[in-house]
Amino acid sequence: MEMPLPDAGVLARREEIAAALRRIVPGEGVIVSEPERRAYESDGLTAYRQSPLVVVLPSTTDEVAAILRYCKAEGIKVVPRGAGTSLSGGALPLADGVLLGLGKFNRILDIDYDNRCVVAQPGVTNLGISQSVEAAGFYYAPDPSSQIACTIGGNVAENSGGVHCLKYGLTTNNILGLELVLTDGEVIRLGGKHLDSGGYDLAGVMTGSEGLLGVVTEVTVRILKKPPTARALLIGFSTTEDAGNCVAAVIGAGIIPGGMEMMDRPAIHAAEAFVQAGYPLDVEALLIVELDGPAAEVDHLIGKVEALARDNRAQSIRISRDEGERLAFWAGRKAAFPAVGRISPDYYCMDGTIPRARLSEVLAAIGELSKRHGLAVANVFHAGDGNLHPLILYDANKPGEIERAEAFGSDILRLCVEVGGVLTGEHGVGVEKRDLMGVMFDEIDLAQQQRLKCAFDPDGLLNPGKVFPQLHRCAELGRLHVHAGRLPHPDLPRF
Amino acid sequence: MTRLVPANLDELRDAVAVALAAEEPVEIVGGGSKRGLGRPLQTPHLLDLSRLAGIREYEPSELVLTAGGATPLAEIERALAEHGQMLAFEPPDWRGLLGGEGKATLGGVLACNLAGPRRIKAGAARDHFLGFRGVSGRGEAFKAGGKVVKNVTGYDLCKLMAGSYGTLAALEEVTVKVLPRPESVATVLFSGVGPAAAVRLMNAALGSPHEVSGAAYLPAGSGAVPPRAVALRVEGPTPSVAFRRDALAREYAVVAPAEFLAGAESAALWRAVGDASPLAGLGEQAVWRISVAPARGAELAEAIARQLDTVWFLDWGGGLLWVAVPEADDGGAAAIRNAIRGAEGRDTGHGTLVKASPALRRAVEVFEPQPPGLAALSRRVKEAFDPRHILNPGRMAEGL
Repeated sequence: MEMPLPDAGVLARREEIAAALRRIVPGEGVIVSEPERRAYESDGLTAYRQSPLVVVLPSTTDEVAAILRYCKAEGIKVVPRGAGTSLSGGALPLADGVLLGLGKFNRILDIDYDNRCVVAQPGVTNLGISQSVEAAGFYYAPDPSSQIACTIGGNVAENSGGVHCLKYGLTTNNILGLELVLTDGEVIRLGGKHLDSGGYDLAGVMTGSEGLLGVVTEVTVRILKKPPTARALLIGFSTTEDAGNCVAAVIGAGIIPGGMEMMDRPAIHAAEAFVQAGYPLDVEALLIVELDGPAAEVDHLIGKVEALARDNRAQSIRISRDEGERLAFWAGRKAAFPAVGRISPDYYCMDGTIPRARLSEVLAAIGELSKRHGLAVANVFHAGDGNLHPLILYDANKPGEIERAEAFGSDILRLCVEVGGVLTGEHGVGVEKRDLMGVMFDEIDLAQQQRLKCAFDPDGLLNPGKVFPQLHRCAELGRLHVHAGRLPHPDLPRF
Repeated sequence: MTRLVPANLDELRDAVAVALAAEEPVEIVGGGSKRGLGRPLQTPHLLDLSRLAGIREYEPSELVLTAGGATPLAEIERALAEHGQMLAFEPPDWRGLLGGEGKATLGGVLACNLAGPRRIKAGAARDHFLGFRGVSGRGEAFKAGGKVVKNVTGYDLCKLMAGSYGTLAALEEVTVKVLPRPESVATVLFSGVGPAAAVRLMNAALGSPHEVSGAAYLPAGSGAVPPRAVALRVEGPTPSVAFRRDALAREYAVVAPAEFLAGAESAALWRAVGDASPLAGLGEQAVWRISVAPARGAELAEAIARQLDTVWFLDWGGGLLWVAVPEADDGGAAAIRNAIRGAEGRDTGHGTLVKASPALRRAVEVFEPQPPGLAALSRRVKEAFDPRHILNPGRMAEGL
């Protein structure tokens, strides 16, 4: 993985640039010293590291606008950053780029129960939003597993999901309004407390744009009343195929569970060794199905899912009797990543989505790839929506292992696309999957996406080197080749 | 006028390329049911997508359906119903309102980002639009999104296509998320309620854990619904629907005694709300559809009624005001848009002139006017896809 070559001219101007930024953000909001900058050298994808040119931590929209205007005038690249929990390197700094941290935007601006929304600054954590409305019985539905740390601004940039998104949607389905700043300092407000905004859905495009289009400075999210009851089933299967069939049967019966998660044998064993959740160790696949809603609904659906599990040859079934037991069922799944981190010095988390019907075949193929690359793998799976997280185990201190892990990961993602799926379900492309974009999209597709970027950021200064395998100048992308009046299909029906 | 009728992606690309080379714009038409929506177009060519039709992939257990862009909505809904599924955003049929003919298509409903009463719970068309293949105004075939329900690979261009009214690309193939049809549906009616109390009731119900999937207020009633009625809908497994229906009736009994609707009567009510039937057949009236913060619904309706002769009702718990006003002068545009901005000029909302004569739709902005920065950005986005303004030029606003 290579990043764009740093501009030596910009590198040489570090002190001058820092001084200019200090005029915009006085005091401690500008970080220049090497050890302090190093704190920002990577995000949740720790395999890649790079100290930024300088770090700036503004606290108002005006400051963000002034920083962006300055950087545009000087031709300096900018990398926006929330909490730095991206798993795809979305916030990886550039040696010649200003790192724009939004951590000081940490206030909730408005809680509006009548309109069921919260207006928050982008540096508020995902969990912080839910906590702000918890006393009134509300919550914010998308719940990425990093929710204690990740920020709502970062969630918008990555269109984050979580275990509940099959029923409640991703970030994009829960955003009502945004304020953002373009690279020329223009402040744009989109949406508000109303549902439909008309005009092009630029808030929809901003969500999941991985910090390449604009810097989000305010977010309005929808909040929901907490379901009164939630209960879960813990179902063990002797084959992953039976587990996959059970998932299809649940959805086929018209049931959309609040959460439906699957783990394979290595993931079950790692989780059980770590948190002693009481998982069965003699099964090949474990399914957690959570139903939420009024007690009348949950009890009814628990019975239905239990019957479907039996029909699909479940080896063991447990149903949570109380909140403690439900949380215990989840404890292992929620700790799956650190649990795998305990049994291996390093792990590399993948994020493809596949049509669910191809699950057994894909898991078998991943098993074969594991042998070929000589690295073990554990799989956790958002079974309801087909989002697969294979965790590749490796040791960065052993020569060549990180390269083997990357090659293994790339093979898995190619496989996901081959069976009709996609490269990333919720973690984003970032730098990690950037060079695989060609597996899913051809040059015309990618050029069209980049033209959209040109409409927001014509100089390509915002987070370059992410998402797109090749950088093109906007002037070049805008060129139009018209074949004057020639008809390639003279037989095209015309009336 | 030339009518271009491509039968596949290559022919669609060639048709746009021909128009581009001649710099002669096209009006894109699927089934033609929504031609009266937006600013009127006068183009030298009609790009008729009707042959790009038919369901291509449908796996009920994957919750995904792929079809030609101009596949009739009725065909999609029939296929889904056979497997107990539906388009959860409840696409409305505005032919009665607009006086349109022809068949609504899947691509058309996505391109206009329409949604019915379930919008408050399930989202709009945009929230169910997973992927597409189409041709840009550059005469290039491209694709975006995917055929799975969860995907963040690349920019979410589906969102951009949804609500772009064919001004960015012609959709050859679309993929949507589909969901199970609820086992049971019940509607709870509270009648004889004033507008302000109605909005308070709807807000309370939508802030309850009862998962209300429809919340409308009908000042004049409709079909089996008496006047000044709040209608709340609950859907889901049968025991759950019975529980929530009874809970709503009990919890809001102080507002008014509750009545229940079920089956065909309930379905007819929500169809009428989505299709804006209470405002259809009023003759020479302009009809506006205004999206605002739900708590403002009643106040906005009354503010407009103080200035204009109106017929109105509320959907989306107060967040969607449908209002018919006389066609005279600007069709109420100035009064309505001032009312949306509120007394201090700081409130937000979006008013769309859904139904009006072509002359009125040419004279006033059909969609909410945008501040200059946003308008300029929208124009740059248009030109990123359609630099020579070949596709539905000016359908949404001057320059889009």
